[in-house]
Amino acid sequence: MSAQSLTTKDLSVFYGEKQAVKKVSMDFPEREVVALIGPSGCGKSTFLRSLNRMNDLISGARIEGEIWIGDQNICDPSTDVVSLRQKIGMVWQKPNPFHKSIYENIAFGPRYHGIRNRKQLDEIVETSLRKTALWDEVKDRLNQSGLALSGGQQQRLCIARSLAVQPNILLMDEPASALDPVSTAKIEELIAELKKDYTIVIVTHNMQQAARVSDRTAFFFLGDLVEYDDTQKMFTNPSKKSTDDYISGRFG
Amino acid sequence: MRAKTVDRIATAVIVCVAGFIILLLAALLGYLLVRGLGHISFDFLTSAPQALKAGGGIGPQLFNSVFLLVLTMIITVPLGIGAGIYMSEYAKDNKLTAFIRLIVEVLSSFPSIVIGLFGLLVIVNTFGFGYSLLSGALALTIFNLPMMVRLTEQSLRSVPKEQKEAGLALGLSRWKTIMSVMIPVALPSIVTGSILAAGRVFGEAAALLFTAGMSSPRLDFSDWNPLSPTSPLNPMRPAETLAVHIWKINSEGLAPDAPEIAAGASAVLVIMVLLFNLGARWLGRVVYRKLTASK
Amino acid sequence: MNLPAPNSREDLATKPNKFRKHVMEELRGKAFVYFCVLLLVITIFSIVYFIASRGLTPFISQGVSIKDMLFGLKWRPEGNPPQFGALPFLFGSFATSILAAVIAAPLGFCAAVFMTEIMPKFGKSALQPAIELLAGIPSVVYGFVGLSVVVPFYRDTFPGQGIGIMAGATVLSIMILPTVTTIATDALRSLPNGLKEGSYALGATRWQTIYRMILPTALPSLLTGVVLGIARAFGEALAVQMVIGNAPHIPHSLFESATTLTSIITQSMGNTTSGSLHNNALWSLALILLLMTFLFVFIVRVLERRVKR
Repeated sequence: MSAQSLTTKDLSVFYGEKQAVKKVSMDFPEREVVALIGPSGCGKSTFLRSLNRMNDLISGARIEGEIWIGDQNICDPSTDVVSLRQKIGMVWQKPNPFHKSIYENIAFGPRYHGIRNRKQLDEIVETSLRKTALWDEVKDRLNQSGLALSGGQQQRLCIARSLAVQPNILLMDEPASALDPVSTAKIEELIAELKKDYTIVIVTHNMQQAARVSDRTAFFFLGDLVEYDDTQKMFTNPSKKSTDDYISGRFG
Repeated sequence: MRAKTVDRIATAVIVCVAGFIILLLAALLGYLLVRGLGHISFDFLTSAPQALKAGGGIGPQLFNSVFLLVLTMIITVPLGIGAGIYMSEYAKDNKLTAFIRLIVEVLSSFPSIVIGLFGLLVIVNTFGFGYSLLSGALALTIFNLPMMVRLTEQSLRSVPKEQKEAGLALGLSRWKTIMSVMIPVALPSIVTGSILAAGRVFGEAAALLFTAGMSSPRLDFSDWNPLSPTSPLNPMRPAETLAVHIWKINSEGLAPDAPEIAAGASAVLVIMVLLFNLGARWLGRVVYRKLTASK
Repeated sequence: MNLPAPNSREDLATKPNKFRKHVMEELRGKAFVYFCVLLLVITIFSIVYFIASRGLTPFISQGVSIKDMLFGLKWRPEGNPPQFGALPFLFGSFATSILAAVIAAPLGFCAAVFMTEIMPKFGKSALQPAIELLAGIPSVVYGFVGLSVVVPFYRDTFPGQGIGIMAGATVLSIMILPTVTTIATDALRSLPNGLKEGSYALGATRWQTIYRMILPTALPSLLTGVVLGIARAFGEALAVQMVIGNAPHIPHSLFESATTLTSIITQSMGNTTSGSLHNNALWSLALILLLMTFLFVFIVRVLERRVKR
């Protein structure tokens, strides 16, 4: 089992008494894109956030079950969560670059993890920005604040930032829903490129996006994993009625 | 139309009160500056006070005020930020935290004379530091700390949580995230607040009467050795500050020009406080621009 | 966690001590902040302990009765026998503080209403900075202005020397005005908009809305501001000491010399020897100040709980 394989077994997430995710077992194939879809409040974001133990930040949040990355169960209390998170990149709905320069946004992570050599950092910055198709747009202004970029550029900066620390898995929580259509298209292109090297899990409320971008799709409803299948099959011939209802817009 | 007339009268009264307050401030500042500015000269700002003759100045007192402020802030800022970080990031939502919050609230409500008295009892006498800059700085630290703690906590809490999550998601430790991601975002607000706090410290007198003392020894400004008794940098010497001096002159001013000195000193004090006020807002903006654009 | 990264460049997590670096860093950071908080807690307990230990000595081992101190009218520490009646000081403190609040509260409320309802933009750009500047003026400067402007004015206008409770209250009222105004403004700003809109929809004038809906609803918060103002006035030492006269008796008029707890401490502390009965009695007064602080904080907390409802 390589470090990129991701599997959950009976994963449940509780906020106090309320159970937001109900015993979800899923296998995430390596270097493929899995989309999580479902109506608001169905637990897909909560599920995503538990994959890099981000829910630990919420007081009262509790996990039951197992999450296997490679040969480690990261729900085990002895897990070094800080190191774990380096291996899993995360991108949020609203772009959140650090209040630092473009260069610093990218170089900050690698430098913290031990790379001090200026040339190496320069290389990492360039590589990461090239991967997210941002290099040509910003190479002359790397010292400018990351906040000076447009929304779409900021989001690509955030993706580049998470790539710079060499994760194996990328988690994306509605990465394009705050962006204009042109930027959204660019992000979707990016995902298609990135999946050659990374396992990607993306939460989206836009079904067309899920259909375009993902290899497999999981439909969540009220905390349950209702259906999880090959994307083409899911959208043309769903097995469950509720999946069919959601996809054809009868609710949600 | 009784209701309408009442409304108009009430509005007029309210506007008058607002205008009155603004005029009051203007009158206050005007009085202080008119009365005091005339007496301010380079000589006044640098020479020592005269006990019985006219022509005394506020030089040592002014220096003491500034030096004491620097000492106090050096101690208060790290402590206040540390405690503020705890309250914002490490404190759990339990009774202990509520208790600590209560302590900070009570400490901030203590009259400054009480803090000065505590300083007299413990710092001056029990620790044996005597009337000194150090005693004054420690007393002012107690006075200033609650404000710094609340300021830091509020500033950190207003940092968007996505910033914190972005830092943690990169594999940064919680401490590193706080120091390198959150504090820079909170810094303009912390800086502004600290300078405003410094303004308060600069004008404080009650806490210093019995800690930094009401006298200042002969100072030799060419002596920069902090261990020498005549050096202005010696933290163990008594140090009457500008604010305390104003009080002393008004209670027991024996020099014939005591009222003028008091007026001049008050004008200087007020101008310094105004500078702190304005400086706070300006510096906050500058710090933010520097931090977000370069590193 | 040690497998090579996708692009087989330098793997960031293979260094064996990587695991330890962030743990040590976190531990050091945590130790520092815990230390800061500990210092805070130790400080306040020390303050209460030390002042109480000195302040209680007259009652415990030097034969002064609490009743005599709280209700006695004569303060003659050097007399024979020494008398420690602190009632004049309690009276002075309460009278000046409450009178100051009576003056400052209406002014503060008007200012707050002005800034939230009448002219918000002008209020924010002119009145708010004015209030903040008033708050920044040091108390000794207020005392100086009190002594050189207020006292002569009262002397010329009213019978008496000009010093006394009225002078003290006047100076204090300006000093606490920013406190009352700021809290009142925050209270009014945090009222839900629906309250006002509902009232206007019924055809009420602005003043009626303010008087019948806004002020009553915001009352607990407004009272909090007043109480905090009183607390501040109660604890103010130097500005009051400069204009109050400092005669240790209860005055018969607002323009007669009086004394407050803070002013007698300021006056006398430097002239007594540590450990003497006189000195300890002053610490008892300090203890009273301390206890009043606790009382004020308690009242404010109770008021805040009512606001939450």
